Parts: sequence; C-alpha cells; structure tokens
Amino acid sequence: MEIGLTHYLIVAAILFTTGVAGIIINHKNIIVILMSVEIILLAVNINMVAFSVYLGDLTGQVFSLLILTVAAAEAAIGLAILVAYFRNRGSIDVDDINTMKG
Amino acid sequence: MSVAAAFFYLFSAVMIASAFMVIAARNPVHSVLFLILAFVNASGLFILLGAEFLAMILVVVYVGAVAVLFLFVVMMLDVDFAVLKKGMLQYAPVAAIIGMIVVIELALVVGGWTAKPGAAPKVVSNLSNTEALGRVLYTQYAYFFQAAGMILLTAMIGAIVLTLHHKPGVKRQVIVDQNARDRKEAVELKKVPSRTGI
Repeated sequence: MEIGLTHYLIVAAILFTTGVAGIIINHKNIIVILMSVEIILLAVNINMVAFSVYLGDLTGQVFSLLILTVAAAEAAIGLAILVAYFRNRGSIDVDDINTMKG
Repeated sequence: MSVAAAFFYLFSAVMIASAFMVIAARNPVHSVLFLILAFVNASGLFILLGAEFLAMILVVVYVGAVAVLFLFVVMMLDVDFAVLKKGMLQYAPVAAIIGMIVVIELALVVGGWTAKPGAAPKVVSNLSNTEALGRVLYTQYAYFFQAAGMILLTAMIGAIVLTLHHKPGVKRQVIVDQNARDRKEAVELKKVPSRTGI
C-alpha cells in the first residue's frame, strides 16, 4: 500500500490529539504543558510539510520554518517565566498562579 | 509493502508512542527524553517526505536547543513532581472525552474528502530541497525571514531580562569610574625613612 497524503494527515491528527489531551491530563505541571504545546506544533509542522510536498509548493516548508522559530522563542520565554516564577514562589503549581486574580 | 512504507509506519508508530509517553510519564526528565525521541522520528518522517532541510533543522533546533533547554530547566528547578502528579487520573476521563471529540472531528474532516488517487509528491525542479528553499526564503519571503529574526531577538532579550537578577554585594566593573581615575588618586608617594618600615 502506497503512503499518501492522507497517511501523514492522520499521523499529524493523532499527534495533535495527544498534545491536547496532555494539556488536560497534566493540568498542574506547567513544564509538561509546555512540552504538549511543542507536540501540537510538531503536528502542525508535519501537516504543513506534507501539504507542501504533495502540492509542489515550497510555501508550506517556509511557514514550517517560521513555526519552528516561533516554537523555539515560545519555549525560551515560557521557561524563563517559569524560572523567574519559581525563584519568587518556590513552586510551579498552576493552581498557585492566581496572584493577579481580582 | 515498500521500504519507504515500512519506514513510514516505523517512524509514525515510535513517534506517536513516545508522544504518548511524554504526557504519561511520571518523571519529567523521562518526558523530555521521550520528546527528543518524538522529534527525531518526526525528522525521519520529513526525510521520507523529501524535506531534508527541515529534517536537519528539526534535529538541530529542537533536539539541540529546545529539548536541552527543557532538560536544563527540569533539572534546575527543585520541584516535587509527586505533588503535581496528584489528581492526574482524576482528569484523565475529561482528557479522554476531549481527545475523542477532537479525533472524531478530525476523522470527519479527513473522511469528508479524499486525495486524488495517484497523487504523488510533485518534483518542482531538479534543485535540492535546501537550495530550492533558500531561493524562495531569501527572495520572496525575505520579510518573513527578517520577522523571524526579530522574534528570536525579542525572545532572547526577554529571556535574559526575565532570568537575570543582580545580587547585592557583588563587585562589578564600573568602566566610568575606571576611566575617571588619574595619577593623583592612584599613586601615592611615601617617604620611607632609612631602616624602618612604613
């Protein structure tokens, strides 16, 4: 059986769903939430590249590159916020992050 | 089944299994290591698709930078993860329900249309993937490229500003004071009497 575009889309959909479920399961652990976001972005990247290859248009790969950039920046900023928060509070429990609640 | 199909199933299965382990592992260090495995397998999928440049970038950027950053933070923060894992199973049904809803929606989307039979990857030109990507990235998408650079610069400055903190009591170099120093305050001439110390 030849591997087609649909196969890649299904794999990306399963990966995306895994990421979404991971955010809900690990709703207390913000590090694993950030990792789940990375998984979701990876699924989006697979979609982009698969469409790009099967449509013969390089735009998808260019945008995949941009998604990669944004994901790296997001991980860096998120982890920096996490380190600063941990230094102030001594905990990274998401339930504790309610200081700005009115 | 061709070799490419076999490798597709191998990479996909390992990638999905390791993505599942990322969200299910008890130890966050294991989560990060499984994340690296998922990225490496995704890179294999990209190579199967013919996007070699993105595959290499994925390994370099994700495995080399982002995953190591995660590993560093997980090991640096002394967090009791057992407390964070408490109540995890309580939300598993919610996660399963939402996951099922998303899967059904995506299945409806995928089932709603079919790819044209015999749709094969198109070969646009005889350039290599990297060269073809470079030709559009630096011409047609030059502004996007610049914007990506700006995003990375912002992220770098932001991360430094967020994590840098000045400890009181640390002696720092003050270049203005150094330059303002002259001979009068730096050198003192002592008249030392013979056979006695200062």
